[in-house]
Amino acid sequence: MKKKFVIEGIDCANCASKMEEAINKIEGVNSATINFFAEKLTIDADDDKFEDIIVQAEKACNKVDRGVTIKR
Amino acid sequence: MSKKQKNRLARIIIGGCILALLMVLSHMSLLPVADVNGYNLVELFLFAVPFVIIGIDVITEAVYNIFRGQVFDENFLMLIATVGAFVVGEYEEGVAVMLFYQIGEFFQDMAVEKSRRSIKELMDIAPEFANVERDGEIVTIDPDEVCIGDIIVVKPGEKVPVDGVVISGESTLDTSSLTGESVPRTIKADEAVISGCVNVSSVIKMKATKEYEDSTVAQILELVENAGSKKGKTEKFITKFAKYYTPIVVLGAVALFIIPSLITGEWFEWLQRACTFLVVSCPCALVISVPLGFFAGIGNASKRGILVKGGIFLEQAAKINTVVFDKTGTLTRGVFEITSINPVEGVSKEDLLRIAAHAEEMSTHPIAVSIKEAYEQSGNKVDISIIKDNKNIAGHGISANIDGKQVLAGNAKLLSDHGVEHDYVTSAGTVCYLASDGRYIGNIVISDVVKPEAKEAIESLRENGVSNIVMLTGDRKEAGEKVAAELNLDRVYTDLLPGDKVTKVEELLEHNDKHHRLAFVGDGINDTPVIARSDVGFAMGAIGSDAAIEAADIVIMDDDIRKISKIKRIAKFTLNIVTQNIVFALSVKIAILILSAFGFANMWIAVFADVGVAMICILNSFRALYRK
Repeated sequence: MKKKFVIEGIDCANCASKMEEAINKIEGVNSATINFFAEKLTIDADDDKFEDIIVQAEKACNKVDRGVTIKR
Repeated sequence: MSKKQKNRLARIIIGGCILALLMVLSHMSLLPVADVNGYNLVELFLFAVPFVIIGIDVITEAVYNIFRGQVFDENFLMLIATVGAFVVGEYEEGVAVMLFYQIGEFFQDMAVEKSRRSIKELMDIAPEFANVERDGEIVTIDPDEVCIGDIIVVKPGEKVPVDGVVISGESTLDTSSLTGESVPRTIKADEAVISGCVNVSSVIKMKATKEYEDSTVAQILELVENAGSKKGKTEKFITKFAKYYTPIVVLGAVALFIIPSLITGEWFEWLQRACTFLVVSCPCALVISVPLGFFAGIGNASKRGILVKGGIFLEQAAKINTVVFDKTGTLTRGVFEITSINPVEGVSKEDLLRIAAHAEEMSTHPIAVSIKEAYEQSGNKVDISIIKDNKNIAGHGISANIDGKQVLAGNAKLLSDHGVEHDYVTSAGTVCYLASDGRYIGNIVISDVVKPEAKEAIESLRENGVSNIVMLTGDRKEAGEKVAAELNLDRVYTDLLPGDKVTKVEELLEHNDKHHRLAFVGDGINDTPVIARSDVGFAMGAIGSDAAIEAADIVIMDDDIRKISKIKRIAKFTLNIVTQNIVFALSVKIAILILSAFGFANMWIAVFADVGVAMICILNSFRALYRK
């Protein structure tokens, strides 16, 4: 399943690419891209674990920089 | 301004005032002195107050990050740098540098915020709702929930939510946000409408032909948002660069701190220099401004109805020197029109057209259609009652009895076969010869017409450094060469099958040098293989054609070929900005890095090299959004 989310609280483009990398490493994620300027996260991941993956993705982002939220 | 920003601004102002007050008091020697080991404890504590007020977020972030093993982030560097100033007794400087850093960060965030807002505005073409007729009532739903076949009511001022067909009402549509075209388009029943257009004058009812996801607006947004994933060489270089650059500078800073200190024993001095060095080295200016530049360029193009599928294609478009056009539908309108009516003496043009229109009444051949259209446009109507036993003579034309006269309409062979003597027309286009009761009465020449803007488009391509303009066509030699001559093209290849076009483009690609690129412009449906094969594939008229959006690298929404030179200009401008940023940021940074290693740069300059340079680069990138 491929879905788009608004992602808020990323302050720097460098952080965004680190987050992108971190999300791509989560198990079950086929591909993830973050558009820093449009504040959009596009994530393509396995259906059955999708909700769980989003939670993990948010955690991964916050590990890079605090205060990031994925709007569902 | 976000809450975070307001908070930071307040802290900058309050902390700045306290700092100013303390500086005045200190310089007038009004502060009490409590000397311990060379430290003035009173000043230390007093200056610590504005320091904490201004830098509290930096301090907490730095500490938090150390616990997560994320050392060497900006916050951490600022903290050691400023605390280092306190350690060496430079309290004023410690606070002032923190203040300067925060002001820089503040402006940098504002610049990012501003670019985000303008980009969002640009993408503000998505419809928010749809008024759908369900069980006789009108309900407002999300465009996502519209099903194919739903009847939708669009009032003036509202956006068309999904692609569809008008079923009733007449209105004008503002398509400017999709095509860049400012002249509103008139629509009436049975005509297609595209999502994202704004209904201007009156209420229309339409039927949805596509779901939101497949509609034009969703596809455009998808393209623009994902344009970032197709990174160009420059962008890739920057990402790679940052990866190696950061550890190298960190190692350099550590070496700068330890090695000279061991020799000279001046640990504080070299710690200061190493911190300065690290602050200067932050790669943010490049990491932010380069992708922003490309994104702004792509955004700018999409505002003008040109969709660029990624930074890489913008890079390529800037280097175009050869443009290969498909003829039909790209340089010409792709619709046949009568270009001349040539009756023999004694027959009027009107009569000739009338007879031809009646003869061709039953035919659906494009030539027949254009003759009938021309007749109807002159205000007449075909009178079916006067047509008798019309026959289609395959490959030749038509014979029919009109008003009691035996009429032949078709190619030269048709007339010769019936023993009718006639002249031969050698002009480009298709000729329809006519005979009545065995006597030749004239001919009508029909041809495809060159788009009115084609000439201007070719001229502006030449002005923009395109030296080789080629046309490929499956059409006959005469027809192709006439168009090529009219438009003053460099070369033309005619009588090509679709496969031949690919071969020709490959030949041209081989002859092109490494620094230039070849663009192919086609109407997207039958030209797909050629579009894919060229360096930069342009598709025309994406409106309504999914195949075009799929195959091309750059899509021109409204068929206007003048936009090819426009996109080259935008691409060049964007690339210039990106290059300026890279050169500027790197040279300033390297210069200040060297100065700081030798102790000639203080923290003030270092902070400028970090946030100041980043801000200048961001603002510079921003220009790509507005270039015409």
